[in-house]
Amino acid sequence: MKISVTRRYRFAASHRLYSPELSEAENRRVYGKCSNLHGHGHNYVVEVTLTGPVDPATGMVANLGELDPFVEREVIDVFDHKNLNEEVADFQSYVPTTENLVQAIYRRLERFPAARLDRVRVEETSNNSFELSREEARTLRVES
Amino acid sequence: MIRVTRKVEFSAAHFYHNPNLSPEENRRIFGKCNNPRGHGHNYVLEVTIAGEPDPTTGMVLDLKELKDILQREVVDRMDHRHLNYEVPELAGQIPTCENIAAVIWNLLAPKISQGKLDRVRVYESPDLFADCTADGDASGGRGAA
Repeated sequence: MKISVTRRYRFAASHRLYSPELSEAENRRVYGKCSNLHGHGHNYVVEVTLTGPVDPATGMVANLGELDPFVEREVIDVFDHKNLNEEVADFQSYVPTTENLVQAIYRRLERFPAARLDRVRVEETSNNSFELSREEARTLRVES
Repeated sequence: MIRVTRKVEFSAAHFYHNPNLSPEENRRIFGKCNNPRGHGHNYVLEVTIAGEPDPTTGMVLDLKELKDILQREVVDRMDHRHLNYEVPELAGQIPTCENIAAVIWNLLAPKISQGKLDRVRVYESPDLFADCTADGDASGGRGAA
């Protein structure tokens, strides 16, 4: 039997999808309105899944009293009400697509000391979500 | 393989307290969940059964039968109850959604005759849930590898 616990968090941020390796015309073709010069924003939802033994003393895989401040510090404080392109170091060399965002968030959260990060899922809108599991994360590297 | 999920809700009271810890430790670890007068949640239970559809019925299982099992095994036991005092299966455990999911798994596993119990998910709120599954490495392991 394997037990995991999942917690959802929210932040709002702006971004612009633009690759300096592509021409202006190619950027418009590839990213469409997401390439709008002045950017746009989303209400992001981050779903964090942790696994590990349930501590008999607490009944918990991870104490939210420890997880919440960790996520607040590592993710929410970094991304909330920010311009991802201009204010988040992770995106100095990566386009802030949610595929790249989920990797950046994964790298930050895998440092959580009290349980094992199993999955991160980011909803850019209620219609689009992006997911990275522990197995898949081993093969992907984004500096963060 | 097809996975079929049935959802059911129940409302219950609980609080977190470990009698082996001091009052100060209980407050530090469990925060406001340690309030001895308790608080409550509208729990949402999602039960997933995996299997191949029967060629005659086109169904992995009879959902009416699953609905009856969930009513009998979970809702009748936990709905409008105090999880610390009134659910013997949780006796001696902190009634977190992790432990509730494991208890529900153990209650349901022997009752499922069509298909295989694949996942028990217990939402304590829309922003917090625990999953119990059979697969994966049992070692778990605390701390980042």
